[in-house]
Amino acid sequence: MAEKILVTENVRLYYGEKEALHGINLDYRKYGITALIGPSGSGKSTYLRALNRMHDLTDYVTVTGTFLLNGEDIYAPNMDTVQLRKQIGMVFQQPMPFPFSIYDNVAFGLRTDGVKDKAILDEKVESSLKAAAIWDEVKDDLHKSALSLSGGQQQRISIARALATSPEILLLDEPTSALDPVSANLVENTLIQLREQYTMIIVTHSMSQASRISDRTAFFNQGKLIEVNDTKKMFLNPDQQMTQDYISGRFG
Amino acid sequence: MRRLFDEELADLDTSFKEMGLLVSETIQRSVQAFLDHDRATAQEIIDSDQAINQREIALEKKSFEMIALYQPVTTDLREIVTILKAVSVIERIGDNARNIAISTIHVKGNRRVADIEEKIGNTGQIVSKMVADVLTYYISDDAQGAASMSETAHQVALATQNIRDASIEAMKADAENVEAATDYLVIGGYLKRTSDYVTDIAEWVIYKRTGKIVELNPGTSSFI
Repeated sequence: MAEKILVTENVRLYYGEKEALHGINLDYRKYGITALIGPSGSGKSTYLRALNRMHDLTDYVTVTGTFLLNGEDIYAPNMDTVQLRKQIGMVFQQPMPFPFSIYDNVAFGLRTDGVKDKAILDEKVESSLKAAAIWDEVKDDLHKSALSLSGGQQQRISIARALATSPEILLLDEPTSALDPVSANLVENTLIQLREQYTMIIVTHSMSQASRISDRTAFFNQGKLIEVNDTKKMFLNPDQQMTQDYISGRFG
Repeated sequence: MRRLFDEELADLDTSFKEMGLLVSETIQRSVQAFLDHDRATAQEIIDSDQAINQREIALEKKSFEMIALYQPVTTDLREIVTILKAVSVIERIGDNARNIAISTIHVKGNRRVADIEEKIGNTGQIVSKMVADVLTYYISDDAQGAASMSETAHQVALATQNIRDASIEAMKADAENVEAATDYLVIGGYLKRTSDYVTDIAEWVIYKRTGKIVELNPGTSSFI
């Protein structure tokens, strides 16, 4: 049994009085991709954002439950959220390059962390861009604005930026839904290459993306986790009728 | 762009070819064992049939997974469908090899008719070559080669008809021949059926290459 890197138990989330997540239990082993699927409003993105305390800044949201990263309580009062988000990086739906150079985008997290040594920064920027499979395309233009790149390239820069702080977990919230199919494919290939070294949790509306790239799939509906299983099993012979109906397009 | 799917498809393809070569070799050995009255080899073939069936199951399972996970289209889909259809046929050819082996063990000790055994030997050679050839056509994506199987299958139909007629004659001539000749009839049937299976595979090779579903073996001759 591989070591559990992240454990979440009885996760509940309230918008004011209204409960939006009804007690989610999900564990993650080290490495590999877990896909979270489900119709809009099923709670998969809400749950994802709770994993690195993205709801902290929204004051009418309350999160309860157990969140353990390597056994440590993510919601402990003394947890440094900046540190936490370096360990649990995030890539959003819309590529969000900062309005400065490619190099500075990728080096951003490291500089925030106080790294000043040019050699270390150079090394880290290069290895992150390589890991995100974008190095060959940008290596001669590192000081060009990241905004000048295509959407697919910007998204891979976003992945490189998240990787630069050596996170243990990468959260991806529909990372390809704003991209054309070819760019989406490049990003998917990047994720497939990364799955040997990172634990990734991806929210996706694309069933075929979940089946192509993930090792495990979790199906959410109406704030509940309906089923989680190996992706092969989920797409061939899921345990729950509701999973079967959703995956085969009968609802949602 | 190289996809994960391509790697898995290449693996699937390799396993399919391996299974095909194994079965093609087995059918050849089973006919040879019959001619040589070689019970030991026949027993080996019977024992190894389970391994062929296991390979079929593994290939089917992998094909289902790839369809479910990648939803392949165009040539990708045709290649998987071809393997899925052909693998069952290959398994059935393996069963025929096993059945011939069972007859080999059974026929030992009875009186034999050399003339008919020679016919069976020759037909067996043609049929095992057909199995090997259709795999070559699969590997080289040769639709024309696959289509040529139709003609060979016709020859096999005539040859097995000939075995059937000779067996009946032998039975009429001498009741002592009945036991052996019954086996000859049955083995002739297995060879005919194997040849029919080969044309089925050839049809799928053509489908894989062209996307067209064709009928290569419209013959009406049912052997027994």
